[in-house]
Amino acid sequence: MKLLYKIIPWFFLALFGIEVIVVFMPKSESGLHIREFGRLPVLMNGRIQPMDSVGRNTLLQIRSTGDVPLELVPSWKFWHHAKKLKSSEWLLEVFFKPDLADTRPIFLIHHPELIDELNLGDKGIEKSGLRYYTFKEIEPVIAEIQKQGSKAASLEEKQKTAFHKQVLKLNNAVFVYQMMKASARPPSWNDFEKELASFKKTMAAGLEAMRGKEEGKSFDEALLKDFMVPMTEFFQLARDPNAGQSYPLVVPPTRADQKHEDWSNIGEGMIQSVRNSSVPPPIEYLATIASAYTQDRPAEFNTAVASYREWFLKEGFAVQVKKGNEEFFYNDTKAFVHAVIIYIAAFLLAATALLTLSSAPNFSESLRLSAYWLIILGGAVHTFGLVFRMYLESRPPVTNLYSSAVFIGWGAMIFGIFLERIYKLGIGSLMASLVGFVTLFIAHNLALGGDTMEMMRAVLDSNFWLATHVVTITMGYSATFAAGFLAVVYVFLGLLTPLLGKIPGGPGSTSTGPKLEIGKSLSKMVYAIICFATLFSFAGTVLGGIWADQSWGRFWGWDPKENGALLIVLWNAVILHARWGGLVRDRGLMNLAIFGNIITAFSWFGVNMLGIGLHSYGFMDAAFWWLILFIGTQAAIIGMGLLPMKFWRSFQFKNDNGGSSGKISSRSPSPAPAA
Amino acid sequence: MLDKFIDFWSSLRLTVVCLFAGLVLVFAGTIAQVDLGLYKAQNDFFRSFFVFWSPPGTGLKIPVFPGGYLVGGFLLINLISAHYKRFGFRRDKAGIVMVHLGLILLLIGQLATDMLSKESSMQLFEGESKNYSEDFRGNELVILDQSDSEYDRVHAIPEYSLEKNKTISDPKLPFDVTLKKRWVNASLVQADSKAPQNAIKSGATEGLLKDALVVPAPSVTDMDGRNTPTALVELSKAGRTLGTFLVSSYTGADQPFTVDGKQFNIAMRFARHYYPFTLTLLKATHEKYKGTEIPKNFASRVKVRNSEKNEDRETVIYMNNPLRYSGSTFYQYQMSAGEMASSMGSAPSSTFQVVRNPGWLTPYFSTILISIGLLFQFGLHLVGFIKKRYV
Repeated sequence: MKLLYKIIPWFFLALFGIEVIVVFMPKSESGLHIREFGRLPVLMNGRIQPMDSVGRNTLLQIRSTGDVPLELVPSWKFWHHAKKLKSSEWLLEVFFKPDLADTRPIFLIHHPELIDELNLGDKGIEKSGLRYYTFKEIEPVIAEIQKQGSKAASLEEKQKTAFHKQVLKLNNAVFVYQMMKASARPPSWNDFEKELASFKKTMAAGLEAMRGKEEGKSFDEALLKDFMVPMTEFFQLARDPNAGQSYPLVVPPTRADQKHEDWSNIGEGMIQSVRNSSVPPPIEYLATIASAYTQDRPAEFNTAVASYREWFLKEGFAVQVKKGNEEFFYNDTKAFVHAVIIYIAAFLLAATALLTLSSAPNFSESLRLSAYWLIILGGAVHTFGLVFRMYLESRPPVTNLYSSAVFIGWGAMIFGIFLERIYKLGIGSLMASLVGFVTLFIAHNLALGGDTMEMMRAVLDSNFWLATHVVTITMGYSATFAAGFLAVVYVFLGLLTPLLGKIPGGPGSTSTGPKLEIGKSLSKMVYAIICFATLFSFAGTVLGGIWADQSWGRFWGWDPKENGALLIVLWNAVILHARWGGLVRDRGLMNLAIFGNIITAFSWFGVNMLGIGLHSYGFMDAAFWWLILFIGTQAAIIGMGLLPMKFWRSFQFKNDNGGSSGKISSRSPSPAPAA
Repeated sequence: MLDKFIDFWSSLRLTVVCLFAGLVLVFAGTIAQVDLGLYKAQNDFFRSFFVFWSPPGTGLKIPVFPGGYLVGGFLLINLISAHYKRFGFRRDKAGIVMVHLGLILLLIGQLATDMLSKESSMQLFEGESKNYSEDFRGNELVILDQSDSEYDRVHAIPEYSLEKNKTISDPKLPFDVTLKKRWVNASLVQADSKAPQNAIKSGATEGLLKDALVVPAPSVTDMDGRNTPTALVELSKAGRTLGTFLVSSYTGADQPFTVDGKQFNIAMRFARHYYPFTLTLLKATHEKYKGTEIPKNFASRVKVRNSEKNEDRETVIYMNNPLRYSGSTFYQYQMSAGEMASSMGSAPSSTFQVVRNPGWLTPYFSTILISIGLLFQFGLHLVGFIKKRYV
C-alpha cells in the first residue's frame, strides 16, 4: 500500500507530463505542408503575424472556435477526437478554394428570433444547442442581414438588445469572411498562376493603352477593355479602407523606397506591379501556392511555400519569418488549454484529498501531493504561455483584458503554491486550480473578440507603466480573488464537513504540515493573502494615479476604473482594520473576503460595462450576465457563511466532542457586507 | 468625558465605518456617472459634505449620505487621534506610522489639488501662437474697449457672476450689463429654411448675431463635451439702453459696436487664463499603426517663448511626456493632424490640456512613504509567519 501511495503522484505527473511533452514536440507533415504555410508572415492589425493567427482569430470571431470540426460527435463521446479543419487549413480554403470554404458550417447564430427572421430554421447544423451555418446557406439572406445590421448599428449602445448584438456580430462575420476571400488573390482569378501569367503578357501594352487614352493619343480599344477588367478589381481592392484590419496585407514591401511596415493588399500589389512593369516575387509565389493548392498539387505547393520562405530570409525579413514561426508555435501549443486540463485534474485530486483527510489520511496525502505536483506542472505550462506571449509582444504580461485574466490566474497559482508548500492541506492547490481554471476560461471567452495581441494605443504605449502599475494592480486583483476563493473553501468545508475543527496528521500520518486546526490555518492564509492584496492594490492604484498625472495631468480623476481600484483598496483596508479591531474573527473575515470577490469582479469587469470614462477602452458587454451570476453566487455563499453556528458541521462536531466552539470561531456578529 | 471623546475619535470601529462609508460612496459615485456625467457626479459625491437626494417633483434637498469631504475629514481626524492615542513611536509599528502619515499627506494633497488646481485647454493650429488657455467649463462675457490706440482694455465678467447678479454695474466697466435671457447650452443657426424646428428668435437688437436663431440644447453630462452657454444681454449707460446683444460661446465671436464714437467689442467666450509666455505649435504629428485606426503616436513640436526670462526654446510634447513650465503642465490632449486633418480639409492642430496644480508632488511623496511603510510592516509579518512555520 505504502508503495502505491508513493507511486500515485508520480503516475499523475507522468501522465500529464507526457501529454505536455507530446504537445511541445516538433511535428512532421506529409502531403501538403499546411503548417509551413501557416507560418508565413503577413501584416494585419498593425502587426506582423503568421497566416495561422489570421485564420485563428478570424475563426474565433466568426465561429467562436479556433478550428472547424468536420464531423459531428456527441459531446459524451469525449474519447473520440473529431476530425478538424485547423485554422491554417481553413484559411487556405477561404483563400484559394472559396467554393469549398462556403460549405463549411462556420457562422454561429444562436438567437432564435434571428434564425426565424432569416428563415434559417430548417438549415444549418446544431451542436450543443448552438446552430452553425455555411456561407452557402446564408448567402441568399445576406441583403437582409446587412439591412438589419445597419439598422442595429444606428442604435445607441443602450438601446441594443441581444438580438441587435447578434445581428451586428453576424453582419460583421459575413463581411469579414467575404473580405478574407479577396485578400490573397484577385477574387475573379480562379487559377491565380495562369491568370497572372497571361496578365503579365498584356501588362506593358495595357499600361501603354491606358496612358494613351489619358493623353488623348490613339490606343488599342479592345486591348484596353480586356486590361481594365482585372484592373478595375485591383483598384477597388487597393482603395479598400478595411485592408489590414478585416483581412491581412499579404504583399511585403519590395521596393527600396518603402518602409518595412508598408505591406499592401493584393490589389495594391498588382497596381504597383503594373506601374513598375514587373510583378514582385511575393505575388508570384502566392500565385503558385494558390494554384497548386486549388489544383491539389502538393509537391508544387510545398516547393512554393519553401521558396517563398527562402525569399523572405534572403530579402531581409528574417525577423518577420522568426515572428511567424514563433507565433505559430504559440498558437499550436495552446498552452492555456493544456494548463486548464491540468488544473481541472488537480482540482479533483485536491478536493478528494481534502474529503478523505480523516477517513484515509495516507491515501489523502498521496492525492494531495499529486494535486500539488500537477499544480506545479500546470503552473509551468501556464507560465510558459504567459512568458511566450510577453516575448512575442515585447510587452509586460498585462496589456488588455484578455491578458489580465491570464495573469490573475497565474498570480493565484503562485499564491496557491506558496500556501500549499507551507500548510500542506491541499487547500492551496484547490484554490490555485479553481482560480486558474476559471480565469483561463474567462480569457478563452475574451479571445473571441479576435486578435488578443493588438498594438497598444499611444496613451498606453509605455512599457514602464504597463510593467509597474498594471502588473501590481492585477496582482492585487489576483490576491483578492485568492483570498476570496480560500474563504469560499472555508464556508463549504465548514458547513458541509467536520474538517475545519480537525488537526491534520494523526499517528502514522505522513503529513508534515503544521499541527493546527484547519479552520485556523485557513484563517491565517486568508489574512496573509489579504495583506498582500492590500499592498499590491494600494501600490497599483497609486502608481496608476502617477501615470495618470504623467499622461492626463491629474493624479486622481474619479474615473470609473480608478474608482474600481480604490474600492478594492478600501475593502481590503476595511477587512484588515475590522480584524485588528476585533470586530470580526475567522468567520467574519471569511465573509468579508468573499465580498472582496464581488468588489474585484466589479472593478475588473463591471466598470468597463458602464462604458464611460477614460479607461473604457476595455469595453465589453457580453459578460454582463456572467458578472451578475458571479455576484449572485458570491452573495449566496456569504449568506451561507452567515448561517448560525449550529448549521456548521465543523463546529457541531467539535461541540459533540465537548470541545469549546468559541475557540474556533467567533460569535461576534460580522457586519453584513452583502447589504 | 474627554477620554470617551478621544476613544470615539481614535477607535478602529470608526475607521472601519469610515472606510465602509467611503466604499459605498465611491461605488455610488461611480454608478451615478452613467447618468450625471463625471463632473457632476464628482461634485455631488466627492467634493461635498453630503450627498443630497431630491424627491422627484420637489425642490427639497435631503442629505442621505456623507459626502467625500465628510468621510475624508472623519478619516483624517480618526487617523491623527489614533496615532496620538495608541501608537506613539515603536520600532515594530514604524511601518504603520509611515503608512498613515503617507495617507494623511495624500488626503491633504488631494484636498489641496481639489481647491487649487485649474484645468484648461489650449488649441493651436500649426504656426499659431497663444499666451492663454481656455477654461474647460467656465465662460465669460467680455467687453473690449478699443478706444485706446496703444492697447485694448479687456473687461471680463465670469458667466456665473452674471447669472447670479443679473445686473452688473461696476465703475471699471464702461456700461451696465443686464442679463435678459440665458440658455445653459445652445447652438446658433442662420435664420433660413434649413433652421431646425425648435430654433427660436433671440430678440437681440444689435450686433452681428442679431438675426441668428437660438437652438437650445440640454446640458452636457459627458466628460468630453461642454456647454456653450448663450445669453441675451442688455447694455445700458446711466439708465439709457444701448441695445441688446445675443452672445454665445458657441461662436465666441467678437461683435463690434460704437458708443459715443468709441469702438467696443462684445463676446461670450470660454474663460481665458493668461500666461507670461507664448507657445507656438511648430508641427503636429499623428501616426497610426499600418492598416489600422489605432493611434501609435501623437506628438507636438512647440516653441516656448518667454520674454521675461529671455527664453526661446523648442520641445516636444507627446503622450505620457508633458511639458512642465512655470508652474503649469501641458499635456497632449487632442489632435487633428495627418490624414484626419487633410480629409477634413483643415490645417493640422493640436490641443493641450493645461493643468496648474501646486500640489502635484504630494502623491509622489506620500506614495514613497506608504510603500516603504507597507513593505516594512508586511515584511515583518512575513518573516514572522515563515519563521513560525519552521519552528
